[in-house]
Amino acid sequence: MPLLFLPLIMTAFAAIGHSEALAQQPVQEPLQVRLGYLRAYEPQLTLSVLDLAPRDEGVAGANVAIADNNTTGSFLGQAYGLDVVEVKLDDDITAATEELIAKGVDYILMDVSAEQLLSITDLISNRDALVFNIGATDDRLREEACHSRIFHTAPTRTMLADGLVQYLIWKQWRRWVLIHGSHDRDKLFADALRRAAERFGGEILLEKEFTDTGTARRTDSGVVQIQRQMPVFTQDFPEHDVVLVADESEVFGTYVPYRTWTPRPVAGTAGLIPSAWHPASEQWGGTQIQNRFAKANGRRMLWKDMAAWTAVRVVGEAVTRTQSAETQKTAEYLRSPDFSIAAFKGQKLTFRTWNGQLRQPIFLGDGRSVVSTSPQEGFLHQVSELDTLGVDQPETQCVLD
Amino acid sequence: MLGRLSCLSSALALATGVATPASAYMVYVSNEKDNTVTVVDSETMEVVQTIEVGQRPRGITISHDGKLIYLCASDDDTIEIIDTATNQIVGSLPSGPDPELFVLSPDGGTLYVANEDDNLVTVIDLDSKSVVAEIPVGVEPEGMGISPDGKAMVNTSETTNMAHFIDTATNEITHNVLVDSRPRFAEFKPDNSEVWVSAEIGGTVSVIDNESREIKQKISFEIPGLRSEAIQPVGVRITADGKKAYVALGPANRVAVVNTETYEVEKYVLVGQRVWQLAFTPDQKTIISTNGVSNDITFIDVATDEPVQSVTVGALPWGVVVSPQ
Repeated sequence: MPLLFLPLIMTAFAAIGHSEALAQQPVQEPLQVRLGYLRAYEPQLTLSVLDLAPRDEGVAGANVAIADNNTTGSFLGQAYGLDVVEVKLDDDITAATEELIAKGVDYILMDVSAEQLLSITDLISNRDALVFNIGATDDRLREEACHSRIFHTAPTRTMLADGLVQYLIWKQWRRWVLIHGSHDRDKLFADALRRAAERFGGEILLEKEFTDTGTARRTDSGVVQIQRQMPVFTQDFPEHDVVLVADESEVFGTYVPYRTWTPRPVAGTAGLIPSAWHPASEQWGGTQIQNRFAKANGRRMLWKDMAAWTAVRVVGEAVTRTQSAETQKTAEYLRSPDFSIAAFKGQKLTFRTWNGQLRQPIFLGDGRSVVSTSPQEGFLHQVSELDTLGVDQPETQCVLD
Repeated sequence: MLGRLSCLSSALALATGVATPASAYMVYVSNEKDNTVTVVDSETMEVVQTIEVGQRPRGITISHDGKLIYLCASDDDTIEIIDTATNQIVGSLPSGPDPELFVLSPDGGTLYVANEDDNLVTVIDLDSKSVVAEIPVGVEPEGMGISPDGKAMVNTSETTNMAHFIDTATNEITHNVLVDSRPRFAEFKPDNSEVWVSAEIGGTVSVIDNESREIKQKISFEIPGLRSEAIQPVGVRITADGKKAYVALGPANRVAVVNTETYEVEKYVLVGQRVWQLAFTPDQKTIISTNGVSNDITFIDVATDEPVQSVTVGALPWGVVVSPQ
């Protein structure tokens, strides 16, 4: 009997000791923060095989940021996870979005088209989800079609065009000709370049459309023809400093540099290209994220990877600072003066409160290196020099509910 | 122009002539871009030697007896040891990958190194030149400070945005204090009472109480005509009497002088472009700033807080250390 009794007493004591320890230092379950990643994906052809998007473009950046958040979270009792869902390019994304929300995902990164994004605005409002647009550069998503539950870490076409044009003006290369493609997105980027020219004092002397006649992107002896065709296509240009190219559709842009009638630099979607990140940027601590990314993924970091990394870090920062994973608190915090995020771009990044767009510098690079970063010196602004890039508050058409 | 120059040089000669013959110190500046360390005489304020070192030299410190310099050669993944008698590299330490900044223990026996790529603080025993511990910390560890009593070490992690307090007896983290964005540097007050942590992107310095390990004060900076994004605090140094703190403000091109009692900024000293790190001379009469983009260092008079002279060093000067008395 006594032998049996003893262990029982010990157990009781142990239990008391344990509960006291609990009272002193509460051991809490980590705060679970589940993020979703919805992407519309199909392999896309490009003029150069070097420009083919990696299979995990964007997702790889989100994963690195999840790991970063979890390292931080290990000190704070937070655990982050990522659910990735893929649909086809023009699919209806309603079901996929609903599915993510049903799984308990409150924060969704989206790399989808503007049309797809606009189709789920009611859904995310009703379900208190918060969306980060990491892929669509359409200005209208931040303007007439803006939405209070959508934040944008992807830059807009006007931000990209303004960043590029500021540099051309700084170089005093002010006279341009513009070749644009025949698809909608090419025309939208051409619009952004025209707007930038007007804003910063450049002159577009001539415009020409390069019509997509449905030819194959790459053929065995295609280069021979291109070498003959591009000079002829650019032969009638007036005297100019730079050839601007707007070809998001990858129909001709890559073929413009070195093939023009007169020897002129090329900029836009080919030549000197504006982007939210550059795979060779090592400034402002960039080496560290580049190393971390390359080690995890075996390739260089592209702009969409950076947009996704930033979105996940923004969520981590909001959860840490507000000590809550509630989307409403996060949304309020992201619009408050207390919020800023560091993203290896030399200064703090904040959201434009009036439309949810992340302010950010624009990198100008060729295929090899960063040539410059905009805003350029001398382009001043009363609030933030980053607001010299893209549509500014006085011009905005966005009305948030 | 000539007249002005000769005027200036005679004034300088006069100043040097009447100065009390305080012992000259050697100032060692790591030049991140051209893989050198520039040696400057603190009295003549002239370059006396340029030492070729490993790739991308950044963090730099000196043994308490002044005989050895420890230098992070970040891209060579090593810490180089330079003999100050000959200014030759005489050895290296197993630093772990991409060492950027480190701090020497007050007893001179241990070096604590921040390894940015691996989220680790590496603890190196200098006698045996061996790694005795690796402490997992937040993302991108950078700033390293140690309390003068040697009991607590603070590491800052740039993406996690924390000051991690590490007990040097156990090499374990005891407290994690959230600070503003991209903390770069940690500096203890000489009386062990506070740690000052700069946040480069956040634009602030958090003063953390070393008893409670809580933030007791947050210092921000305002410079007329400069947008807030350009104010990026990095290096912090506090005078031996604990009365004044100097904060290097990066692209604001200035060093802020802060009253440690009121936490008010009393002055902004204009130095060179992108000022990052600072070091006092042992007599505390001068503090020296490294100005990365203008490739120079600036000597600031601690009594008046006026810049005295700038000296051109190598390309992108990063860290600075001064030989002891």
